[in-house]
Amino acid sequence: MADYRQMWTDLGMDLEKHDILCQVLPDAFGSVYLSQENRPEGMDYFNFVVAEIHGVRPSELIAHQQKGGKVFGTFCVYVPDEVIFAAGAIATGLCGGSQFWVPGGEKVLPANTCPLIKASVGARLDGTCPFFKIADMYIGETTCDGKKKAWEILNEHVPVHVMDLPQMKRAKDIKAWEDEIKILIQRVEEQCGTKITAASLAENIKLINGKRQALARLYNTRKNSPVPISGKDVLLITQIAFYDDPARFTEQVNALCDELDARIAKSEGVIPADAPRILITGTPMAIPNWKLHHVLESSGAAVVVEELCTGTRYFENPVDESKTTIDEQIKALAERYMKINCACFTPNTGRIDDILRLVKEYKVDGVVDCNLQFCGTYSTESYLVDRALKEAGIPVLHIETDYSDQDFEQLRTRVQAFLEMLEK
Amino acid sequence: MLVVGLDIGSVAAKGVILDKDTMHRAMVPTGWSPRDAGEKLISELLELSGRKREQVDDIVVTGYGRIAIAGAGQAATEIKCHARAVAEIYPAVRTIVDIGGQDSKVIRLNEQGRVIDFAMNDKCAAGTGRFLQVMANALGLDVSELGENEDSDKTVSINSMCTVFAESEIIGLLARGTSKSGIIAGLHQSVGRRVAAMVRRIGISGEVAFTGGVARNPGVRRALQEELGCRLIIPEECQFTGALGAALLGAEQQFN
Repeated sequence: MADYRQMWTDLGMDLEKHDILCQVLPDAFGSVYLSQENRPEGMDYFNFVVAEIHGVRPSELIAHQQKGGKVFGTFCVYVPDEVIFAAGAIATGLCGGSQFWVPGGEKVLPANTCPLIKASVGARLDGTCPFFKIADMYIGETTCDGKKKAWEILNEHVPVHVMDLPQMKRAKDIKAWEDEIKILIQRVEEQCGTKITAASLAENIKLINGKRQALARLYNTRKNSPVPISGKDVLLITQIAFYDDPARFTEQVNALCDELDARIAKSEGVIPADAPRILITGTPMAIPNWKLHHVLESSGAAVVVEELCTGTRYFENPVDESKTTIDEQIKALAERYMKINCACFTPNTGRIDDILRLVKEYKVDGVVDCNLQFCGTYSTESYLVDRALKEAGIPVLHIETDYSDQDFEQLRTRVQAFLEMLEK
Repeated sequence: MLVVGLDIGSVAAKGVILDKDTMHRAMVPTGWSPRDAGEKLISELLELSGRKREQVDDIVVTGYGRIAIAGAGQAATEIKCHARAVAEIYPAVRTIVDIGGQDSKVIRLNEQGRVIDFAMNDKCAAGTGRFLQVMANALGLDVSELGENEDSDKTVSINSMCTVFAESEIIGLLARGTSKSGIIAGLHQSVGRRVAAMVRRIGISGEVAFTGGVARNPGVRRALQEELGCRLIIPEECQFTGALGAALLGAEQQFN
């Protein structure tokens, strides 16, 4: 990474501690990513973005603030980025995906909290992530009890606006989400001192839809056999989608897809065509959590699709662009976001429908259903997910894990035994 | 045809050599180097069968050490190997319970002896050989002595699932003068319950076999049978089930 020490100092970060992270990340990235063969050239951009993860994008965000712009940190795919960008602000994902931040979170959170929440709180409290320091305001949401309480703790350090996400999908719940988006608009407008207009919202609905289309195009290439790109690489791109500049990101993903289309035309792939094709479902995989993909792909499988927040939940269903008044646009946004199927909803049969559909679309041989430790909603829902898959005759492996590496060998045994089971 | 199957476990490394119709077994402690343990086993097996290394047609390695000695032969998971061996010896078995040094597994087989489902303990020692080893230490016994020293009529329930807490619990029980034999029966019951819960998740069908080092413990066999309410088939030399399966996989490949 280039030298950003002055910027990190100005942000009030703990440089000494942060240095440890800067030392381990390149090794982790090298062994998981750069060791892959025949990677598309279009990955260079994403390699660069990750290599400079705490430098390049943070300095862009700071430049934006210096021009009077605001930065909002978000933690969930239900939060409508369109609104934030429409106010002339920037939204950036903040979820922590490394064990490095977990002990910092454990200083204030119970040990039986999911690692994603622990890492996110730890990254802020320990001052070891510039994004957490830069954001003027965090937008939280009520997707789980752990997060709800974590917002109260984080709010002592940075203002947190919490969106009250309904947990059922009746008409009144969709209406309630519409109201929550209106409240968010007010709060964002106050924070930015600007007014969100129908024109700016329309423009940014297009912008974010563009990103969704690019990701959908990328995922589509994986329906081919052999896959033109590894699951690991697509996971990385999806993780980057949460914090990169949306327009540039879209352009880069589309350029990569052009290259992948050329590969497909030549039946060129990165993993042999007879490799078992795996769908991963479950809890989000925040950067740099690449553990499960790495175990699977280094054991000879191809991860072809993720039914995750860092996967199809993020980009499926575009927002209706035909609406012209702000009220209609907000309604269209609410309708789109309420189509996401998260285990915090009851019932959540839509997620099972999605998984079964994706299994067909991506010609999946087996499903790995993986949840982070202490995620009550996803681990409970795994009973229903696994049963539905078994009824449909699709082999499924359930895994519960965290960010640490201590269960890597056990994980490998399970994954390899599962792959052996899939052998014809 | 001369094939070797190695099962490099967390505690012991087991090996089987199949020389046409004869079979030899050997076992060494895994120690700190799975690679050395594997090499030592191969030499011992060759000595037992009076053969030379170059005569070996195939080596298949399983167990947690299978990655460490990659190059010695091809790797297969314990799950596949246990299934292969049990299907060969007991074709009516559809459910296998394997309790080893650091993990416990439940494997479901179909009529062809193929794995159709399995479950494995999480990264926690409860319900494994390690759990019993720690408890044996606290009781001043060797783990191999637990089975013959239980008194199941005086079973004392051990409530802690966690190995560390269970250890404190039995130290407390001992301090209160509770009989060792009753505590031991309680420990066996604890392992039986933990593993039985995993079996029920996968579901029982057909006959049930119990493999792995812990199957040598008659107390755990008793407790598991009570919890599951069915008779368990224990393969002869149950510790070698994985190694035998590995050797059979090797033989199959030679045959094909």
